Amino acid sequence: MTSFLFGRIVSMAISLLVASIIIFAILEILPGDPAQFMLGVNAQPDTLQALRTQLGLDQPVILRYFSWMAGMLHGDFGISYTYRSPVTELVLQRVAVSAPLALYALTLTILVAFPAGIIAAARRNSATDLTVMGATQIGVAVPNFWFAIILMWVFAVTLHWFSAGGFAGWNKGFFEGIKSLTLPAIALALPQASILARVMRSSLLDTLGEDYIRTARAKGLSQNKTLWRHAVRNALIPVLTIVGLQFSFLLAGAIIIENVFYLPGLGRLIFQGITQRDLITVKSVVMLLVFAVIFVNFLVEVAYVLIDPRLRHQR
Amino acid sequence: MSLLAIKNLTLGIGRTPILRDIDLEVDEGEILGIIGESGSGKSMTALSILRLLPHAAELGGSIRFEDMEIVGRSEAEMCSLRGNEIGMIFQEPMTALNPVKTIGDQVAETVMIHSGKSRAEARVIARETLNRVGLPEEQFPLGRYPHELSGGQRQRVVIAMAIALRPRLLIADEPTTALDVTTQAQILDLLKKLVNEDGMALIFITHDLAVVADLADRIAIMQQGEVVEQGETLSVFETMHHPYTKALFSASQHVPERKVHGVDLDRSHAVVRVNGMVRDYRLPRKSLFAAPGQFRAVNNVSFTIRRGENVGLVGESGCGKSTLTRALLALERMQGGHVEVDGVVLAEDAANSRDIRRKMQVVFQDPYGSFNPRHKVERLVAEPFHLLDDAPQGADRRHAIEAALEEVGLLASDAHKFIHEFSGGQRQRIAIARALIIKPSLIILDEAVSALDVSIRAQILDLLTDLSDRLGISFLFISHDLSVVRSITDRVMVMQRGEIIEEGETESVFANPQHPYTQKLVAASPSVEHVLAARRQRQAT
Repeated sequence: MTSFLFGRIVSMAISLLVASIIIFAILEILPGDPAQFMLGVNAQPDTLQALRTQLGLDQPVILRYFSWMAGMLHGDFGISYTYRSPVTELVLQRVAVSAPLALYALTLTILVAFPAGIIAAARRNSATDLTVMGATQIGVAVPNFWFAIILMWVFAVTLHWFSAGGFAGWNKGFFEGIKSLTLPAIALALPQASILARVMRSSLLDTLGEDYIRTARAKGLSQNKTLWRHAVRNALIPVLTIVGLQFSFLLAGAIIIENVFYLPGLGRLIFQGITQRDLITVKSVVMLLVFAVIFVNFLVEVAYVLIDPRLRHQR
Repeated sequence: MSLLAIKNLTLGIGRTPILRDIDLEVDEGEILGIIGESGSGKSMTALSILRLLPHAAELGGSIRFEDMEIVGRSEAEMCSLRGNEIGMIFQEPMTALNPVKTIGDQVAETVMIHSGKSRAEARVIARETLNRVGLPEEQFPLGRYPHELSGGQRQRVVIAMAIALRPRLLIADEPTTALDVTTQAQILDLLKKLVNEDGMALIFITHDLAVVADLADRIAIMQQGEVVEQGETLSVFETMHHPYTKALFSASQHVPERKVHGVDLDRSHAVVRVNGMVRDYRLPRKSLFAAPGQFRAVNNVSFTIRRGENVGLVGESGCGKSTLTRALLALERMQGGHVEVDGVVLAEDAANSRDIRRKMQVVFQDPYGSFNPRHKVERLVAEPFHLLDDAPQGADRRHAIEAALEEVGLLASDAHKFIHEFSGGQRQRIAIARALIIKPSLIILDEAVSALDVSIRAQILDLLTDLSDRLGISFLFISHDLSVVRSITDRVMVMQRGEIIEEGETESVFANPQHPYTQKLVAASPSVEHVLAARRQRQAT
């Protein structure tokens, strides 16, 4: 297990290094000069040159890559071109919204999807199964921004249970913070939960067809106990793969929902960064997201090994 | 009164009748063998006793276990019966155990379900039971996982789960079919021992006549959902009242007739010459920086197959016979030695593998998995044409396909059908037609009849013999089933741990095996007649 962990961590570091080179290179190739963008079209050439020197844009590419990398290792992501404040600070403020939102949405996803998928599989072809499958079909099909608007209209505008948008801030207390993330989290979770419930159901149905399920029944276990004791854990591997992908999506892919609910999250930061050629912010946020994705996949792989003893010896 | 009495049992799934008027009885300490081909209803009979049937199944008639009626009992009552009073073991030991639970927990579970004992107490019983089935603590601690065990060892765990509570009745559904012959012999001995010690009744389901002939006190023969004949083992084999019993018996004994003067051939011509073949596999790295290990699957193997000759290759699973086949077909690279087919030497980098492959074709074991279900037979059979530089086109192509189909006893019109319209035996004929169509010098049959019922198997063996007589094709017949190899091959090679340890004329190798391993193999797979003769002798004394 230790050598497995060590190997995974090494490969994670290599992936990050490769990703950093690719991200840096792509943003180098992209047209658009940040200094020009900051000063506008009518800027004087010498002012422009001075700003370029100040931002370090006149240094050779290799040097800029290494100073960017070295900075990141110290937690220094540089100064945002447009906000004129440290990127680290900006990112931390946004992560404080995006990470809890993603976790919240993922928790809801799992809390809904697992029971729904398991019940549907256990009562295959029954009315319950049909209902669950019908509901998830709709959940996958409905665009989540539209669902977000419906939620807002019902729970904020009509019932006044939640505010219609914005983030209360954690300094007002945990409950207030969570409350302002609730509607966005539900809107994010709906399509994800629908997908995950379907994956859970089909994975469980495959498992229920395995020979060892029949063996367990021949031992005298009832259908329900067989399901819980022998099927669910075996069905989890494909489900976990999807959960890993979904977390990455929830963290980075919430741009639309953040905009609908007017939340200051990473999605909006990166969106603004791109439109304003704030390349240093874009680079840093993308790098952070890559790290998050790779780290979550690492956790998923560790979970595989914990679930399935067969993988412990192969690695 | 018998322990188990089945009367007028009927079973239907939807509108399809599966079982009709089954009458069977088993007494304590008795072994009942149920024989039948696939689809005869033997497994369904067993699953009816435990009521582990598909959802739409409807049972009629009566199954009495002691003084308890099983048909119509509630599911909860059935749960308390299963694993407690009636145990069951299944065919496929590789998949019958939950891969994420330890063997100790899986055996202990049976105990915990029924006795209300704590996990610790149940694990003590699990330990004792595993010892009983021949898995001692030193090598097989409770914390082992199924994937760490071989097929035979896993089947012992399944048996331990079934007998942990010393049930009155044990049902074994083809428990040794997926195992090697020597492992099969050990498992059969174990079952016999358990029946003797516990006095439990055993229902043993199989398609293998030799196994039941040796094991069972009484046998029942099933065909299309009915019991066509049953009685005391020896007397059933002696009288064979029902025509199906006779047919089954003769099919299992079937030896295809060879017409030695078929075509005029240069029988000294070597079709395949293998010299010093070595095939190594890389093992996964033990740690990140360690060099990967090596496993030598085929070690310095040499042999020659002559024109029109049928050569058998026997050995147990893992001995390297499939690896040898793949290297021979140039599907995998060898690490040493060379292969020569019809005078063409297979190049080191397999660059000329096309020239080699068109001279060799292969028929695999599974007639269901080896065809693309979306293609018509015509396209499937014509597939090897891509190996030819001037493949026939248009009418020539059609004639070639039709000729190949007729050659294997199918109709020319079958070319326009899809593969799902054919039975297992017919599919294997199509596979043979596919191999024949480019007129290869050698056809490799990799367990090609192992998945077939005995009557179908007999037909396919006749077909193969006929093809080799008429067309002078050589066969390399790879099988773990010694009786089949004995009936069809001229010469046999015995493989163990990657080496050929004995070879010679088939009859002389089987009649007088020299190597201890061959002796063990031959002893573990006796013919029905042998077994019956031994039994008669035992009864006489």
